[in-house]
Amino acid sequence: MTLLELKDIGYQVADVTVLQQINLQVAEQDYITITGPSGSGKSTLLRIIAGLLTRTSGQLLLAGKEWADYDPILYRRQVSYAVQQPQLFGQTVADNLRFPFQIRQQNFDSKQATAALARVNLPVAYLDKPINDLSGGERQRVAILRHLLFPPQLLLLDEISTGLDNENKQILHQEIMRMNREKGVTILAVTHDNEEINGANRLVKIVAGRMEVGQ
Amino acid sequence: MNLAVSNTTLIFAVLLVFVALAIGYREKLGMNKDIIIGVIRAIVQLIVVGYLLKYVFHVNNVWLTLVLMLIIIFNAAYNASKRAAGIRHALPISLLAILSSTGLTLVVLVFSGSIKFIPAQMIPISGMIASNSMVAIGLCYRNMNTSFRDRRQQVLERLALGADLRLASIDIVRESIRTGMSPTIDSAKTVGIVSLPGMMSGLIFAGVDPVHAIKYQILVTFMLLSATSIGSVIACYLAYRQFFNEQKQLL
Repeated sequence: MTLLELKDIGYQVADVTVLQQINLQVAEQDYITITGPSGSGKSTLLRIIAGLLTRTSGQLLLAGKEWADYDPILYRRQVSYAVQQPQLFGQTVADNLRFPFQIRQQNFDSKQATAALARVNLPVAYLDKPINDLSGGERQRVAILRHLLFPPQLLLLDEISTGLDNENKQILHQEIMRMNREKGVTILAVTHDNEEINGANRLVKIVAGRMEVGQ
Repeated sequence: MNLAVSNTTLIFAVLLVFVALAIGYREKLGMNKDIIIGVIRAIVQLIVVGYLLKYVFHVNNVWLTLVLMLIIIFNAAYNASKRAAGIRHALPISLLAILSSTGLTLVVLVFSGSIKFIPAQMIPISGMIASNSMVAIGLCYRNMNTSFRDRRQQVLERLALGADLRLASIDIVRESIRTGMSPTIDSAKTVGIVSLPGMMSGLIFAGVDPVHAIKYQILVTFMLLSATSIGSVIACYLAYRQFFNEQKQLL
């Protein structure tokens, strides 16, 4: 079944056309990677899909329903957008893992949080670790868990492994593949990483705001 | 009464303005025009206010008192909103914040018997409360603008995780309220040690026993704490939403 459908999506700021005629159908549990030169509008597209920007033309449908008909906050809990250099919140790792519970007005489940940490190779003791003591790779691993504690329908990844070493890339990639296969999370990832591209079902290329569909 | 400021003494005191002008001239500050305009405005405004208050105190009419209080509150709100630098609906937000903070504080003061509902007490006290509330709200706005700019990424990430607007901005809101209230709290800590503030100084000048005068200053400290906290909270909780659009996106 189609989860996400983009019909002739365009985005214009003043006189500048950032995106035009983007058409894309994403099936449930699909794993699609998006590549393209920097400045071609990839991040803008992800932000539009995430509901953080409003397209200036076209239609955006999630599960057959127009984006504008969703409550924006509830929509974003289903379509979660992760960025390249995330900022961690509060003081400790726990503050960050607590946030997804907080926004859903649920009590923090530390067991669930430590299990999630273990899946990205971080020990239980990390729960109380100050965020300033984390390495770049560890920060990204903690940040991505914020999106995965309550698995979304669609996960948008904006070059999350750029600048990380191979070990960190591997750990992230494995966890994302697992979410895709076991939890049925649909993935749409902007990346330049070959392993990520090879692991995906489909590659989409965006050049100068237009889309080129590949294999 | 020991008050001895006559027109003659004031003319001598003008020498003090020349000190400021001389410094401005020597240091090439380019502010002499502003100093002169400031001095003239101060003189004219105070003369007008002096005669106006004399008339209002003499007439002692409830409605006239209320109208003057509202004018004070509106002016405070207008000045606070000018510091909002682009925050939408800043004037109505400031007006509601200052009206509520001044109103609530005055109600408590009047019902507790601390002040009487007569123009000679209501108008000066309203001015004190509204102006402190105005400064606090101005600080809140400035902090909000800076924080929403500096921490844009973090707010965006919170939204991306599905946070509502309040949770996406709560750190900024709290910090802005703190910023608005902190001068009042700081001055409460140093009152009497560093400064002998206006209310108390005025009473001592007028010959009131200092032990009695401090009671009024304690009252002022209480009322300013209440006014700046109410004003800051209302302004911040209404203003943060203005940084988002209807689709709950960060502007």
